[in-house]
Amino acid sequence: MDFISIQNVFFSYADPSENPNAQNAVDGVSLDIKKGEFVAVIGHNGCGKSTLAKHLNAMLLPDSGKVYVDGDDTSDENNAYTIREKVGLVLQNPDNQLVASVVEEDVAFGPENLGVEPAEIRQRVDDALKAVGMYEYRLKAPHKLSGGQKQRVAIAGVLAIQPQCIALDEPTAMLDPSGRDEVMKTLIKLNREMGMTVVLITHYMEEAVKADRVVVMDSGKILTQGTPREVFSQVELLKKHRLDVPQASELAFRLRGSGVNIQSIPLTAEECAEMLGEVLV
Amino acid sequence: MSGILELKNLGFVYSQGTPFEKRAVSDVSLSINKGELIGIIGHTGSGKSTLVQMLNGLIKPTEGEVLLNGKNIWDEPKKIRSVRFKVGMVFQYPEYQLFEETVYKDIAFGAANMGKSGDELDQAVKSAAEFAGIKPELLQKSPFDLSGGEKRRAAIAGVIAMNPEVLILDEPTAGLDPMGREVLLSRIVHYHKEKNNTVLLVSHSMEDVARFADRIMVLDDSRLVMFGKTKEVFSVPDKLEKIGLRVPQVTKLTQLLRQRGYDIPEGILTVDEAFSEITAFLKKEGKIW
Repeated sequence: MDFISIQNVFFSYADPSENPNAQNAVDGVSLDIKKGEFVAVIGHNGCGKSTLAKHLNAMLLPDSGKVYVDGDDTSDENNAYTIREKVGLVLQNPDNQLVASVVEEDVAFGPENLGVEPAEIRQRVDDALKAVGMYEYRLKAPHKLSGGQKQRVAIAGVLAIQPQCIALDEPTAMLDPSGRDEVMKTLIKLNREMGMTVVLITHYMEEAVKADRVVVMDSGKILTQGTPREVFSQVELLKKHRLDVPQASELAFRLRGSGVNIQSIPLTAEECAEMLGEVLV
Repeated sequence: MSGILELKNLGFVYSQGTPFEKRAVSDVSLSINKGELIGIIGHTGSGKSTLVQMLNGLIKPTEGEVLLNGKNIWDEPKKIRSVRFKVGMVFQYPEYQLFEETVYKDIAFGAANMGKSGDELDQAVKSAAEFAGIKPELLQKSPFDLSGGEKRRAAIAGVIAMNPEVLILDEPTAGLDPMGREVLLSRIVHYHKEKNNTVLLVSHSMEDVARFADRIMVLDDSRLVMFGKTKEVFSVPDKLEKIGLRVPQVTKLTQLLRQRGYDIPEGILTVDEAFSEITAFLKKEGKIW
């Protein structure tokens, strides 16, 4: 079994005895995530992607179906703490996740709660802050940091628990382009250099194209998935569901429609320029 | 012609005279004309929010002045309230400021405080709700029953109901999904066109600003580094990237194509424009028919 295995999960926020016709927030999703994989999940608000993310560390439990983390069933209460040590969750609003008045104390919050030895906490906090590039800010007040910095502190707080997977629910939605870059660079580094499994829920296609795999959700179901190139080549499908496509992909798709010989859909401006360069030889 | 808003050597320092002193805005001078839609871009900490908060007197400049219709807004500090009615401000995440029992009451709050009442107030609320795309049947609901995008539009309607001469929106689309962003922006543009009001849009989304703004202010490290027509600003993508901003992908693409020696105009901002320019070029080169 893969590191995370989601098996035919259904979940509804409504109580079925009161409202039997309520729509399921997650409506029959199966998804396996390998150790060390970087998976991006995209889709509209209300498509169920955040609900799905909360299933990854037993914050929510499936109404039916199963979620296994490293072989442990999330619906078994005895597994909840081990699972939460394995899968850390970072949320959208950095201000709602920072609890202490000093950056390093905030990062220490998780391991302290786990009863980790003080000397070890010191080490973990330093390592986590260095991994996200916030070590120099360890004595600052979180509220004086920028959004991108706060979000990196929130990621450090999760890293200090030493999880194997980090799931992030739109961590960059409230950030500016450079803050988004900071967070993305941090995630890519954690994934490539430390082998961290990353599940990134995002609205930003330019972030999704950096993942190993993109999963598109719509109305609680998986609409399509594959490598970024496979997914973003389906311009019509994504547009039909009113999802964004990278501008370069959309442009190439339309150019192909008017007879330009384009083999594979580009994801970036550079790839698109390269491709047009070949056409023009 | 003097503009509706004029800034003269405007500057602001937080916690001046303390060890925490921090400069947020330095020496900004410019003039904004009535009816313009101005985009304000810059990375976090560049001074955008501080700058716009000085425009309606929420914070008082430590240097320079803000002229509204030719008059310094701080000439009569006791009348600063009236400036806030003329320059309406929608903050970041305005949906957190909804508090009334019904959407209607929430939208009416500011306008009622201005002294509007009766039919006039009712008119103002209904027309603001329409501009913001809030359906009449939502008006009697609790604002907390609305979706995220609707909540935000209801909060914006509350400012529109005050009928400000200048509407400032600080990051109105932050955190919305692509569809919510599209709806909100099209409502703002519609409002701008109908009312011919001045709108200042602070945004991180270059694509949004590129599509709608007449002129763009670019802030970096508390300074105004560019203020010009949208096309002009985006025709120097290198400069924008150097200060941590990103240009639309197609703008970048056309720049790369130019660098390869292809004759494609600069300052392309949308997929549509890029598509028509590139197909025209490919036709000229005989690559498509």
